[in-house]
This record gives sequence, C-alpha cells and structure tokens, in this order.
Amino acid sequence: MMLTELTIAAAHEGLRRRDFSAEELVGAHLAAIDRLNGRLNAFITVTPEQALAAARRADAILAGGEEAPVLTGIPLGIKDLFCTDGVRTTAASRMLEEFVPPYESTVTANLLADGAVFVGKTNLDEFAMGSANITSVFGAVENPWKRAGDAETVLVPGGSSGGSAAAVAARLAMGATGTDTGGSIRQPASYCGIAGIKPTYGRCSRWGTIAFASSLDQAGPMARTVEDCAILLESMAGFDTRDSTSVDIAVPDYRAACGRSLKGMKVGIPAEYRVAGMPAEIEAAWEQGIAWLREAGCEIVEVSLPYTRYGLATYYIVAPAECSSNLARYDGVRFGRRVPGATLDELYEATRREGFGAEVRRRILMGTYVLSAGYYDAYYLRAQKVRNLIRKDFESAFRTVDVLLTPTAPSPAFAQGEKMDDPVQMYLNDVFTVPASMAGVPAMSVPAGLSASGLPLGLQVIGRSFDEESVFAAASALERAAGFTHRPAVRAEVV
Amino acid sequence: MTYLIEGRDGPWELVVGLEVHAQVISRSKLFSGASASYGGEPNTHVSLVDAGFPGMLPVINRECVAQAVRTGLGLKARVNLESRFDRKNYFYADLPTGYQISQFTHPIIGEGAVEIELVDGSTRVIGITRLHLEQDAGKSMHDQDPARSFIDLNRAGVALMEIVSEPDIRSPEEAGAYLRKLRMILRYLGTCDGNMEEGSMRADVNVSVRKAGEPFRTRCEIKNVNSIRYVMQAIEVEAVRQVEIWESGGSVDQETRLFDPARSETRSLRSKEDAHDYRYFPDPDLLPLVIEEAWVQELASHLPELPDAKRQRFQDEYGIPRYDAGVLVAEQPTADFYETVARGRDPRLAANWVIGDFFAALNRTGRTIQDSPISAEALGGMLDLITDGTINGKIAKDVFEEMLANGETAAEIVERKGLRQVTDTGAIDAAVQAVLDKNPDKLAEYRSGKDKLFGFFVGQVMKAMAGKGNPALVNEALKKVL
Repeated sequence: MMLTELTIAAAHEGLRRRDFSAEELVGAHLAAIDRLNGRLNAFITVTPEQALAAARRADAILAGGEEAPVLTGIPLGIKDLFCTDGVRTTAASRMLEEFVPPYESTVTANLLADGAVFVGKTNLDEFAMGSANITSVFGAVENPWKRAGDAETVLVPGGSSGGSAAAVAARLAMGATGTDTGGSIRQPASYCGIAGIKPTYGRCSRWGTIAFASSLDQAGPMARTVEDCAILLESMAGFDTRDSTSVDIAVPDYRAACGRSLKGMKVGIPAEYRVAGMPAEIEAAWEQGIAWLREAGCEIVEVSLPYTRYGLATYYIVAPAECSSNLARYDGVRFGRRVPGATLDELYEATRREGFGAEVRRRILMGTYVLSAGYYDAYYLRAQKVRNLIRKDFESAFRTVDVLLTPTAPSPAFAQGEKMDDPVQMYLNDVFTVPASMAGVPAMSVPAGLSASGLPLGLQVIGRSFDEESVFAAASALERAAGFTHRPAVRAEVV
Repeated sequence: MTYLIEGRDGPWELVVGLEVHAQVISRSKLFSGASASYGGEPNTHVSLVDAGFPGMLPVINRECVAQAVRTGLGLKARVNLESRFDRKNYFYADLPTGYQISQFTHPIIGEGAVEIELVDGSTRVIGITRLHLEQDAGKSMHDQDPARSFIDLNRAGVALMEIVSEPDIRSPEEAGAYLRKLRMILRYLGTCDGNMEEGSMRADVNVSVRKAGEPFRTRCEIKNVNSIRYVMQAIEVEAVRQVEIWESGGSVDQETRLFDPARSETRSLRSKEDAHDYRYFPDPDLLPLVIEEAWVQELASHLPELPDAKRQRFQDEYGIPRYDAGVLVAEQPTADFYETVARGRDPRLAANWVIGDFFAALNRTGRTIQDSPISAEALGGMLDLITDGTINGKIAKDVFEEMLANGETAAEIVERKGLRQVTDTGAIDAAVQAVLDKNPDKLAEYRSGKDKLFGFFVGQVMKAMAGKGNPALVNEALKKVL
C-alpha cells in the first residue's frame, strides 16, 4: 500500500483500524519530501523531528481507543504565511527570512487541536503576491505536472499557494493550507490537478496569518479530493474573537454536504465569463462541467454578472492599497530584517529595498499611489464603489441560482519564463477567480480533466455567502462525474 | 469684552480653534489587551498587537467606546450610532504598524457645545465639531545614548479622544476658559484625568487673524502644546506674528508650528508642501462600529451630575451666590467636600468657610482636598459649634488653626482650651464696666457724639474677655450702658 496515495478520509480509516501507524504515514511523506523537495522546492522549511514527535503523539491517541479527531496523525503542509509558534515563518520574503513567531495562527491552532501533523512550511509567492510562485525569495516552485511528451519544460504551479498545491499534487502532504486573496488557492489547485476552496470571507480567522489585503485574504484548504477539503475546512473554520471580521456562524458538517443530491439545484452560467480569446479546451471543459451537472439533476440557468469585466481592474486597486498599508510594519525597527542607515529614513529605505522583492515593491507603489491625495477618489473610492456593484451582481444572481459554474483559470499551467516580462499578462490569470474574492463569496476549484497537452484543468463552483455546503455538493458531483484519476509525472511513488 | 490686536492699520480679530487629545481612562488599550496605565518600565505594557507583529489584528475595546460616548453626552453632542475606523498612514519609529487607527470621515461623536465663563462674568458657547477615537503612538527617546534612539511602546495603542472645537474662540482668555471647562467636564465624567504635565491631555492650536467682518484667513497649527498657560501664550504671540506679516504686505502660509515657551515664540515645523499625505482609508481589519441607542441611553442614565448642572443646583438648593457655586464645583472632590459640610447645616456659612479659611489653609500647606488635614466632617463639626453658640466666629478661626495643626476635633480644642463662648450677662456687664472705667476720655468723646467709638468699646470688651464674649450680648450690654 502506498501510504502517500491515500486520501485523508481513507488514511483516517486506516489509522483507526491500525493498518498503519501515524508515524509510518508521516514518515512516508517525510521520505517523499526528502526525495523530491530539492527539485520541486514546494517547502521552504521542513520540520521532520517535530512532525515525527507529533505523529507519535497521534499514535498514542489512536491507541487510546477513544474516538480520535479525523485529522489525527494526518500530515499536512502549511503555507508559510501562517504564523507557527517556534517555527520560522517567512512569507517567502527576505524581510522575514529569519522570523520565528512566538504565536500560532488560529487556523493552524485549530488543525493542531484536531491532531493534524505539520510536515513543514510550504513555498509561496512573496507575501502571497503572484500567480506563478516565482516571486519567492527561496526560489520558484516547480509544478509536478509535465506537458505530454515534454519532460523537460518546467511549469509553474500557479500562485500564490504554489508550494501547497505542488506538495499535495506530488503526494508530499495529504493536504495543505492555502490563502486566497484573488485566486491564490483556486488557480494553483487548477494548475496542479487538485481541489481547493476559498471559503466565505469571515469563515476562517485571519488572526496570525500574515496579511496581504485584509478585506480579501481568506484561508482555505487544498487537498486531492473535495471530501478532504471538506474535512480540513471543518477544522480550520470558526468564529474567533481575535479577528473582528470573522463571523459568528456555526460551522456545518461539510463532509456530509459532499454526498448531497443535486436534484433541483439551480446552477448559473455567467455569460460574462465567456471572455474573448478563451482557449477552446477551457470552453470545452466548461461545457462538459455543465453537462455533468445537468445529468446530476441540476437546472442550468444563464445568468449575468455585468460588473465582472471590472473585477480585475478593481482588484488591482483595492489589494495593492491594503497591501501598501499592511506591509508598512516591515520597517526594520522591531523584528525581521534590518539594514542599518545613518538616519531613520535611510534605515527604512535600505531595509525595504533589500527586504522586498520587485513584485511586492510594485504593489506597494501602486497601492500608495491609489491612496494618495488627489488620486484617492478616482481610484480607491471608485474601486470600492465598483466592488459593491460586483457584490450586488452576485447577490442578484444568487436570488435565482444556488451556485455558479465557471472555469477556474483561462489556461492550464504555463512554463516558467512565460508571461513573466509583463505583469499585466500575469494578472490576467486571476480573471475568473477575482470576482468571487471581491464579493467575499465561497468558491472552489475541482479538477475536471486534462488539456490537449495533458495538463489539469479546473472548474470553479461559486456559492452564496456562508453556503459552502452547496459548493461542496456541486464540486463533489463534478469530481465524481470527471473521475479524475490522472496523476502528475513527479510524485512520491515515482522514483 | 472683545480681544483685539492693535495693528498699524487698525484692530485685528483673533480666530482660534482647538484640537484636544485626551487620553481615555481605561484598563486596557483601544485595540489590545495590554495595560493602558501610565508609567511602568519601558516596553512592559506592550502586546503583540501593539508592536505590530505579522498577522496581529485589532479588536475594539468596548470600555473605550463607552468612555467616548460618555464624553459625547457630557459635551451635549450627537452620538453617531455608526462610526468607522480609518488608517492614517505614515512612517515613524514609534508607530509600529506604520499607520495610526483613527476615525477620519465618520467619527463616533458629532456636534456639541461647551459653555465657558469669562472673568467679567459673561458666558460664551464654543461649538464642538466632533470627537473621535484614535490610538496613541509610542515614545521615541533620543537622550539615552549618543548614537542611538530608543523606543518605548507602553503608550502605543492607548486610546485617545480627539476633541475638535469650532473656530469659535476669540481670545487667549477664551481658549484658557475652554480648556479648563473641557478638562473639568472630562474629569467629572471620569473619561480623562486631564493631566497635562503627564501628557494625558494635549492641545493643537489653530490660529488665524482677520479684520472685523472678513472671512477666515489662512491659519497655522501649533502642535502639541502641553499646558493651558502655554496655549494662551502661544495664541498671543502667534497672532502678533501673523498681524505683522499681513501688515508688512506678506501672507501667512498654512503650516505646522511649534511653540517655544522659553523664547515665547512659535517656529515653523513643516510647511504645507512638506505636509504628510496620510493616505487615509477605512481599516479593513475592523468592521464599522455600530452601537445601540439603548446602550447610549443606559450610559446616559449613569452619567454623573456635570459642573453646569451642579452649579445651578448649588445656587438653587443652598442659596449661595453664583460665583461661590462656580468655585465649589470647579473640581468634583471640592463639590463633594462642600456638600458634606453643608448637609444639615447653614449652607452659606459652609460655603464661606470652605472657600475662605479652608481653601487658604490648603494653599498654605500645599495640600489638596484629597489629602486635606481637615475632613469635611471635622469642619462641619466646627460649624455646629458656631451655630449652637458654643464659640463665636472669631474664636472659630483660632480653633480652625488648631485643627489644622494637630488634627483634633473642634470640640476637643474648645474643651481643652476653655474657649467656650461667655454668655453670662453678669460677666459681660462686669467687663463692660471695667473697660468704661479704664477709658473715661473715650467715653466722653463718645457721649459728645463720636458714634464710631462704639466699635472701639466692643473690641476692648472682647479683648478683655479673651475673645470669648458672645458678640451679640456684648453689643447689647454696651448699648445699654452707653
């Protein structure tokens, strides 16, 4: 039995039956990391000793005979944006290269309380800013998938949660945490052939997660099945008094929602997502998804989200504006990197010049610009108004339909080096994921098939605020219909 | 009484608005659980939130909101049931997050009013524009080391109320009266200790001048003035500076200035061109602050009696003059002290003693009413002895001094020193006769029409009786004989 091939749900059964121990399960994943991380660069930090110690504790609990939480002994990767007590947390930035937080983020604390074992901190775009995981100061992440007949070209895993996506796809972890600001869970999930959900804004606490854009950032799980995502989200989610934007609504049984019948569910197909120049295979995958849901008993409804076309432009005002303020704290004074200067201003300039990479600096500059006197009304204020209109688009669509179905990304994974000279081309990767982020509604990517070049393509299910259950139900149906059993070229059991 | 600056070409009117930063009295900071208390070793009252660590989030402290609402109610101001927090972005070493959380466009408190009274007894109403909540910054210390600066974050994140007045103030005196009145209200409410030396109340002063009837001219802001006296001085010198500029054909630049009390001048800190662009925007970490009308009513119902109401009540209930009532309500402990003394006694006698001998004694001994050597009960006990005729007013002053010196009660002193007033008419008659016998010349003068000498005879009799004679009976006896 290949322990690294198991789903979380199956592994839990195996652990419960004592078919194998948590130490064996975690050990198998650590061995895979040992073998493949040098190439994939999915982890910035690996914590084998802590992981094995946690696995042994999990084994003690499992041996105790009591009902152990479903995540007991399950090896997970943690995006290196979640602060982990005593474990270096870098945001993939030189600025925090040696930063060891003395506190545990709420999301990871929730997972630990449910017995999960962290094998390490996964790579990402610096401060979660990017769509290809190429801006990490620790180097780019390689997508474990290869184009058919092309073992050489290195593809990007998507971003910003590229390390998490690559780790889960290559079977280095059974699941991982991600964060999604404009698509940072869904797009890499799509590129790496796994499932990932950005829950409703406010569902997971942001406390202890390094902020990029506070009004958009939302933690979510990434795993190889929809059910595993449901299991993980149930643990990660929940009200937290330490985050004023977290919402006090009970977390439902997401796992149960995965098996729910879709009879009578209304699925909206937003006309505006049929963008000009969309590759035929993306269009075909979308049509296939529509057909699957119709067969599952859904009613398919054409809907309109007229403000979708402003989504990306709006996002690239709101997110940089918040980031320019959120990242002001990295000033070299209290923690993190400090580059000395003769004056305070020189210390700031030197520290931030050396500490931040080009993409982060670009976004800080854009954000500072759009908030400046004389530009605020034209950019930030207008963007907020448009954001409200985008939100209303979704509200009005959800008066007639239960979920929306769209492609996750406009293309399969591209190669390292492509799209990299033009930031705007790079930003277009998020065109389908950004609107749901702007509206705060839950959205999930699920693998639907392969492109002509043999690369995974994801479909996105978008739901009403706090109705992740319908999202899980529809995504599960797509997953069953797709029967996606393809695996990446680079993975644990391939030596 | 109009305050005018006499310029070369005629009089100029002064226009002043004040922004007062008042530190909120609360156990913990505005957005974190760290202690908000003053003092403490550097960096001992600091949470990870205050230090701006990655991933830390602000959570509003309900008590600070309650304090702002109480203050708003005390300023007769509109309470906004929905307000919002914004980020004011700027870099400074003692500002850990790189932004101050403040309220820019939607403050918690709107328009209100403060009535001030001037020396000539006239009153004026100064409008309050708004009151908003914001965080204080930390403290930079540049004097600890020749090469390095140090940062103390104890104050970082402590709640401040910024109270902005309308440009209604027209003289340094009015500015002083406004600040004193505001401080009095804050202290009554228990929302700010008003301690300007410790920096828990500071003022930014906006000053401009104009000719009568003109619209406002350009103003300058004098930052962070930390005493009422300095505020008054700063306004005076700044106004003169501006008049001189206008009259010499120049124009005043809008800028931020500092007041230097040693040289009694203001100096430019930064011009409008160098002004920070604070890039205000709504803080995405915080939801709009929504409070319930019922909660506001609840807070209103527990508000203490405020100085204006108390002063009116003192006039009505105790029949004391408006001036005296004003003096007594200036500080809540004084008002409480007075009420304890006056309860069940002659309130006017009580007011005279508290404002007169008692205040003088505090001044002389450098004590405050909180650590007064004479309690309100003890002073009341002495007044009882006056009222029931045991001692007269003159003896009372001696008794009071004894009480001050050794803490005995008035009754003990009277007993020990035998100061009980003499009401025995036989003794009084005898003393009268002795005085007349000793002063035949004066008696002759009196009888020849010099009525004024009556006072002389009273004094002599009282002196002969060591001051213990009942003044009314002495008068009576003298009149009879004379």
